[in-house]
Amino acid sequence: MLTRRIIPCLDCRDGRVVKGVRFSGLRDVGSPAECAAAYQRQGADEIVLLDVAATPRGHDNQVETVRAVREALSVPLTVGGGVRSVENAAALLQAGADKVGVNTAAVLEPNLLGELAAQFGRQCIVLAVDAARTDSGAWCVVVRSGEERTALDAVAWSREGAERGAGEILLTSWDRDGTRDGYDLDLLAAVSREVSVPVIASGGAATPAHLLEGISAGADAVLAASMFHDADYTVDAVKQYLQEHSVSVRR
Amino acid sequence: MADPTTVVVRTGVANLASVVAGLRRAGLEARITDRPADVASAERAVLPGVGSFGAAMQKLRAGRLVEPLVQRIGAGRPTLAVCLGLQLLGTGSAESPEVEGLGVFDVRAERYSGDVRVPQMGWNLVRPESGCAALEAGYAYFANSCRLSACPAGWRAAWSEHGGPFIAALERGAVLACQFHPELSGEWGEALLRRWAVCSSREATAC
Repeated sequence: MLTRRIIPCLDCRDGRVVKGVRFSGLRDVGSPAECAAAYQRQGADEIVLLDVAATPRGHDNQVETVRAVREALSVPLTVGGGVRSVENAAALLQAGADKVGVNTAAVLEPNLLGELAAQFGRQCIVLAVDAARTDSGAWCVVVRSGEERTALDAVAWSREGAERGAGEILLTSWDRDGTRDGYDLDLLAAVSREVSVPVIASGGAATPAHLLEGISAGADAVLAASMFHDADYTVDAVKQYLQEHSVSVRR
Repeated sequence: MADPTTVVVRTGVANLASVVAGLRRAGLEARITDRPADVASAERAVLPGVGSFGAAMQKLRAGRLVEPLVQRIGAGRPTLAVCLGLQLLGTGSAESPEVEGLGVFDVRAERYSGDVRVPQMGWNLVRPESGCAALEAGYAYFANSCRLSACPAGWRAAWSEHGGPFIAALERGAVLACQFHPELSGEWGEALLRRWAVCSSREATAC
């Protein structure tokens, strides 16, 4: 039986981790490769690297970062941030990313998902959906790192993205991100019901109980950043907790 | 005498960096190639596979890589097929129904059925049948939409479960074909690659 994945997320810019990683035992806490390797030793099932490459120079840095992380890592690596085209994605995959995450570009140009899937296979394509609650109780898609709300319904967009070629949905609650209040479980349940591809929960997790709630709501994988970076919990401690609650994990 | 090299066959635009890095961790320096002569002469060949079945077969045919691959696998020479690479060895796939595979064995890849997430994405438990040499039990990383559900004659299988049993890997002599990605399967995957490297060296010497 497929186990549930625990995925630490590293936010990077210009080759450095930007949200501080505080656990001990690292020579260079800002090095994405060292942080990724440390999480792998803790039992991480996969690493997500969100790298903001706003400038052309930034894109070169991003490719270099991916290459360095790949050398250190023997578990899957997903890279997101600034993926705009098939060429962009190809550069990241050739540098050693196993999957690429697409967000704003797919909203602006939905055909991109099909083009990426045809070129690289859908198992390489992760649709990152950033969702915010609306007054009517549904969720809209937000883009450009949360700066812009769209009229797209997040649940319908997730389904459409999977139909167009995404092999996985990375679902972030924009309302919960950074709050430490736990995932938006209603959003998670709604999207999990709607799609047949795997769903990764993101945004708001601060405790092992939050991760368990996410899995119970239908998430196939759970992503967290600060709860691992702040050394509140190791990945293995989280897995032990989940195992004690009858969740199947790799340990 | 065999060329004492490890080559990774280029099957299109794929992430070969993970495979090359994984082989390096297991002690094998690999070279990427699309030359039929390299595939025929290399001591070890790796057939990776990311992308669609149809596109990969088209690339292998256009590049005249079918014959050297089929020959070396038929002769039991050290060959590793990964993910789609395993499916390419069969007769075809539901993913590209009109395209013929390499036909090394008489099994076709079908889509997962039942109430499971597709693609299968993540870590699943691998259980080898008795008699497997390189394959051991453990968790491996999978990323696939189709799978084989029968073991071809003459091969040893390792099994896993996703909406029913499916083939996680096959081995015959120095030929190892994995539905999972050993290069992404952490220490367990690295140990498997090392066992394949050792058993493939032994095989090469025996030849």
